[in-house]
Amino acid sequence: MTDATQTNASGAAPKMTKGSLLVQDVRTRKRNAAEARFKAYGMIAISIGLLMLVILVYNIVSRGTGAFQQTFVTLSVELPADKLDKKGNGDIEEIKKVSTFGYSPLLSAAMAQTVRDLGIETDMKPKDMGEILSKGAATQLRDYVLADISVIGQTAEFELLASSRVDGYLKDRVTRDSIANDKNISIEQLDLVDALVAAGVIEKRFNIGFITGSDASDQRPEAAGIGVSMIGSLFMMIVVLVLALPIGVAASIYLEEFAPKNWITDIIEVNISNLAAVPSIVFGILGLAVFINYMHLPNSAPLVGGLVLTLMTLPTIIISTRASLKAVPPSIRDAALGVGASKMQSVFHHVLPLAAPGILTGTIIGLAQALGETAPLLLIGMVGFIASNAPDSIASGLLSPNSAMPAQIYEWAKRSDPAFYERAWGGIIILLVFLVTMNTIAVILRRRFERRW
Amino acid sequence: MNDMRILERDVNTTAIKISAKDVQVYYGDNHAIKDVSVEIEDKTVTAFIGPSGCGKSTFLRCLNRMNDTIDICRVTGDIRIDGEDIYDKKVDPVQLRAKVGMVFQKPNPFPKSIYDNVAYGPRIHGLARSKSDLDEIVENALRRAAIWNEVKDRLTAAGTSLSGGQQQRLCIARAVATEPEVLLMDEPCSALDPIATAQVEELIDELRQNYSVVIVTHSMQQAARVSQKTAFFHLGHLVEYGETAHIFTNPDDPRTESYITGRIG
Repeated sequence: MTDATQTNASGAAPKMTKGSLLVQDVRTRKRNAAEARFKAYGMIAISIGLLMLVILVYNIVSRGTGAFQQTFVTLSVELPADKLDKKGNGDIEEIKKVSTFGYSPLLSAAMAQTVRDLGIETDMKPKDMGEILSKGAATQLRDYVLADISVIGQTAEFELLASSRVDGYLKDRVTRDSIANDKNISIEQLDLVDALVAAGVIEKRFNIGFITGSDASDQRPEAAGIGVSMIGSLFMMIVVLVLALPIGVAASIYLEEFAPKNWITDIIEVNISNLAAVPSIVFGILGLAVFINYMHLPNSAPLVGGLVLTLMTLPTIIISTRASLKAVPPSIRDAALGVGASKMQSVFHHVLPLAAPGILTGTIIGLAQALGETAPLLLIGMVGFIASNAPDSIASGLLSPNSAMPAQIYEWAKRSDPAFYERAWGGIIILLVFLVTMNTIAVILRRRFERRW
Repeated sequence: MNDMRILERDVNTTAIKISAKDVQVYYGDNHAIKDVSVEIEDKTVTAFIGPSGCGKSTFLRCLNRMNDTIDICRVTGDIRIDGEDIYDKKVDPVQLRAKVGMVFQKPNPFPKSIYDNVAYGPRIHGLARSKSDLDEIVENALRRAAIWNEVKDRLTAAGTSLSGGQQQRLCIARAVATEPEVLLMDEPCSALDPIATAQVEELIDELRQNYSVVIVTHSMQQAARVSQKTAFFHLGHLVEYGETAHIFTNPDDPRTESYITGRIG
């Protein structure tokens, strides 16, 4: 700058002391180059970010979509009365005594029958053929019979889950080379699967069970679903919403509008900001100590999970609520006070409605954060193995043990069978869909209700 | 000031509405108002003039205790409206503000409909028994603020959708709707163009029939045009207070003379 002024001062003569405007001087060139470099750095940073995002999304989608597809076997199964209702008196208590082991031979027989009918040549035993089916298939058959015992003696058509190895074979996760040391499946079985696929008996279909179902044991990854933990997450979100929103909004209104500004409120303010930065696992151990050990609330219950997540979400809600209250121009408060409204009337009639979009946005973002939180749930035991299906777990609601979506994903990811790994990725897709939806709603609310004054 | 009309303006009442004695205002350590004593008459327009930061707005805000909302602000002295000390412990500032309405420098309608803007005060004070009562109050207030004809067909439109001058008159209507006895105006025309200013000034003159109006203004011409009494503030002191004609033609204090002739300020 000093150089420029000096040239200016000396350039009194009419000749072109600063040179032609058509030629860039050295300083200008340097400045322009610096600006171009800065722009390039910015673009590189953004490109790296976008590239990472693309890689992430590609990975999640390519690995997770498999979980939404499942291999099913369509079979006609004979339900013979002499095996299922040995005394022939139609007493449901007697029929219940036949365990799933009693049903397995029926499935093997049906499998063998189908293979014979299709004219496929194989020298496998029916029992080996039955292993193509999931270990849960017998349960499905038994549940069907117990739901309506009049079907005994008839033949019914079932869509049964194939075992996870067969499913993996159809999804190219399992290959003929990779099963060399696998005791759960043999080359002959894969040959049979190929033949059955060609005949249309085995096919891949959309798997609603993954979205609605419950977790399954280590032996049956093909039956595992995220539905029950989704309900657990929903219960927790309800607890968080019901507790954190009113408490958070009330606290912020008091602090922002009514509380005297002194050192006590200063300390409270600083601590709220600090709480937002406390690692979530600390809240987990706090919940374990206070809610479970001291207050004796049940383990693994969504109520406890919700309480812990409420503690975590409160600072977020308070901070965003205070920010949106601060953003309401003081002239609105003056206007209300000027016509003789009380402090509370001015807040509730004028300030709060104007701050509402910001409050809602903050709340939804806080909820989304809580929805994805795993660490505190590990400590209060919400990583349990919950295999009861949806209606049972809904019935006992907030106090019965449940899992949550991120905890369920963690649970699957740490199991050894690669079939669970696929389900973990699928669970991530569902979780991300929820989070993206919630954030979109937050953005829409902010756009729609944003008011100008 | 060579506008001779101000000489002819008469003050037709001498009843004292507001009397302030030895008022001191502190913002933290800053002594903003020093020993101000003034008596404001009923059914009169009183103008406060003075350079920026001289305390005229601060003093105005003492009259309806709007300064209570500022934590660091401290007011001492004695301010009485109709003989009642408004800083008495028993006085609820909310009740006081219903009696002493206020119009602010920047038009600040609520982001609600025109109707709701005006109806808000009467609603919270329970002035209307029925919907038709309220309609009447709103119409009267808007008529008195000389904006009825412009907005009568769009009472449901947002108050913020009006032009600046209309917004300010809406704010005046809002203040008038609660039936105050004193109307405080803090530079009501500073954000308005000359035409809107003229409308508001005309309005102030009409409001004088019913209210005691106190107006803070930066424009000396405006003070001369609308007021009967003028108070000149300088550096927190009330330098001179008297009839407008007197202040503008023959001020007693040299500082007043310097200010109105443009040598300070």
